[in-house]
Amino acid sequence: MPLIAGGVGIFVLAGVVFGVTYFGSPKFTDVGYRPIQPIAYSHKLHAGDLGMDCRYCHTAVEVSAKATVPPTQTCMNCHVICMPESEKLLPVRDSWAKKEALEWVRVHKIPDYAVFDHSAHINRGVGCTSCHGRIDQMEVVMQVQPLSMGWCLNCHRNPDMHLRPLDQVTNMEWIAPDDQLLLAEQFKLERNINPPTDCTGCHR
Amino acid sequence: MIFNLFNNWISPKTMSIVPLLLAVMAMGCQGKPFEKPPIHPNPNMDTQNRYNPQSSSDFFADGMTMRMPVPGTVAQGELNENSAYYRGVDDQGNFVTDNSVELTDELLLRGQARYNIYCSPCHSRVGDGKGIITQYKYPIPPTSFHSDIVRQMDDGYFFSVITNGVRNMPSYKHQIPVDDRWAIVAYVRALQHSQNASLSDIPVAARQELSR
Ligand code: HEC
Ligand code: HEC
Ligand code: HEC
Ligand code: HEC
Ligand code: HEC
Ligand code: HEC
Repeated sequence: MPLIAGGVGIFVLAGVVFGVTYFGSPKFTDVGYRPIQPIAYSHKLHAGDLGMDCRYCHTAVEVSAKATVPPTQTCMNCHVICMPESEKLLPVRDSWAKKEALEWVRVHKIPDYAVFDHSAHINRGVGCTSCHGRIDQMEVVMQVQPLSMGWCLNCHRNPDMHLRPLDQVTNMEWIAPDDQLLLAEQFKLERNINPPTDCTGCHR
Repeated sequence: MIFNLFNNWISPKTMSIVPLLLAVMAMGCQGKPFEKPPIHPNPNMDTQNRYNPQSSSDFFADGMTMRMPVPGTVAQGELNENSAYYRGVDDQGNFVTDNSVELTDELLLRGQARYNIYCSPCHSRVGDGKGIITQYKYPIPPTSFHSDIVRQMDDGYFFSVITNGVRNMPSYKHQIPVDDRWAIVAYVRALQHSQNASLSDIPVAARQELSR
């Protein structure tokens, strides 16, 4: 009898451990988050087909911690003239006329107790795709990386495969060349790259 | 003995956890797209009682966390007295003819990078006004930089076009900082030269290269 109880107990325990680690992990809870946005804005059209650079809209990404989502003004740069009648653009025109901010739904978020800085990564040559995936192929933005502490540290311990020439950071099609490891050594020296792995680096 | 254990293990009673397991499985696999906000089993202090940039606010009537400066006030260091640099006009209100910053290789490369980000969708990478947007529903053709009229415009005028926009072209002052606007002006000049150069513009030493 105790043997059987023990056997069942082990299975149940294993099940619980599996359940918690599999379904409790940010890989389950956060990856794949793709909220419905107030406007059918498509990165596939604007960043992919039109080939616009990310920085046209996410202007602060190189100079501040936040990449910033563009204000209505940025959309109206083109959409005053381009498709002024479009149904899909009605909320944009409304927001423009009423001078009220568009309420985009936030996709990526790390907890408030951790520090993340875009400019530190972009200016050392870490490209957008390393953390956001192929945004230029997404109709609707989806989170593709867990943004968990383990994931951050994985790259901080060994960023070699993610370091690019500085003018390639927003290039969605960049793939590491054959001599990437050699280049990475060179980049690390030139740019003095030494990502923090101590707790105070990210929890300040 | 061991068989006994298994017989008991698959008894109807224990079988009842199978639906439970299936229910857990039905929660899905990792990485499946979903629309509802993520649920964190252990919320810790993920969302703290503070304002983050670009977040909304219940406190201010207009719902914005980031505040506009009070009308009629000037922030420290933003008086922008140097009219030639900040507005591209001299004290009499005429456009300055030359670039307000020193021309260097770095400035031109910076200008090239910035031009390709902000101007190329409309004016194209070579500045002929046939940017990708003209292949879509954009009825007003952006100006080509390679005409005599545009060549004769002052640097200060270019600066003002970027800052304030002109007719159907929008203002870019929110997107492009002042230094970068001057860098772009310098690069547009370089683009114009590239399409309108004569043999005498080329250093004698390099001419050989061309005629080959
Ligand atoms: C035409 C303007 C525009 C361009 C160009 C653009 N974006 Fe965006 N981006 C937006 C807007 C608007 C949103 C907010 C709505 C949304 O999430 O779809 C956004 C959202 C995002 C988000 C999600 C933000 C969040 O809430 O977590 C990421 C990541 C992103 N963009 C990355 C990129 C990358 C990478 C590029 C370059 C390939 C790019 N964007 C180019 C306008 C633009
Ligand atoms: C560089 C110019 C440019 C900017 C800036 C721009 N767009 Fe567009 N947008 C376009 C073009 C070009 C099209 C495609 C028109 C066509 O289909 O011919 C388009 C199409 C769209 C459509 C589809 C309209 C329809 O009825 O099919 C939406 C929605 C849209 N844009 C939203 C936005 C939003 C939101 C922003 C600001 C974040 C933005 N755009 C910024 C150029 C731009
Ligand atoms: C090293 C990983 C990493 C790289 C590289 C990266 N991002 Fe992000 N991005 C993040 C994380 C993490 C967040 C969530 C930040 C937060 O919660 O404060 C985020 C959030 C965002 C957001 C929405 C929130 C905000 O900051 O305004 C946008 C837009 C965005 N990224 C765009 C970009 C663009 C464009 C690039 C490339 C130029 C880029 N990111 C490169 C990790 C990265
Ligand atoms: C793809 C690789 C990569 C990923 C993923 C990544 N980082 Fe980094 N991180 C770097 C590199 C490279 C540096 C630059 C190190 C340096 O400046 O010496 C850096 C630097 C930093 C710094 C120091 C910034 C400064 O002020 O010097 C912080 C903080 C940081 N990262 C936080 C994070 C957090 C939080 C995450 C996860 C959400 C993350 N990083 C994910 C590569 C990465
Ligand atoms: C590269 C940046 C980085 C470094 C270095 C780092 N952390 Fe974290 N940490 C994070 C991020 C990002 C999260 C949020 C993860 C998430 O959203 O699940 C986090 C979460 C945590 C949590 C909460 C986990 C939970 O979900 O309950 C603890 C505790 C923690 N870190 C402790 C530490 C300690 C101790 C160290 C030093 C050994 C450390 N961290 C170093 C980025 C970092
Ligand atoms: C959204 C598309 C668009 C973008 C982006 C754009 N322009 Fe224009 N630009 C136009 C249009 C359209 C005109 C023609 C305006 C008219 O005649 O009504 C124009 C005209 C001009 C002119 C000629 C002004 C005149 O008096 O004839 C200059 C110079 C110019 N643009 C410079 C720039 C520079 C520099 C940039 C990058 C910062 C830029 N433009 C970005 C659409 C654009």
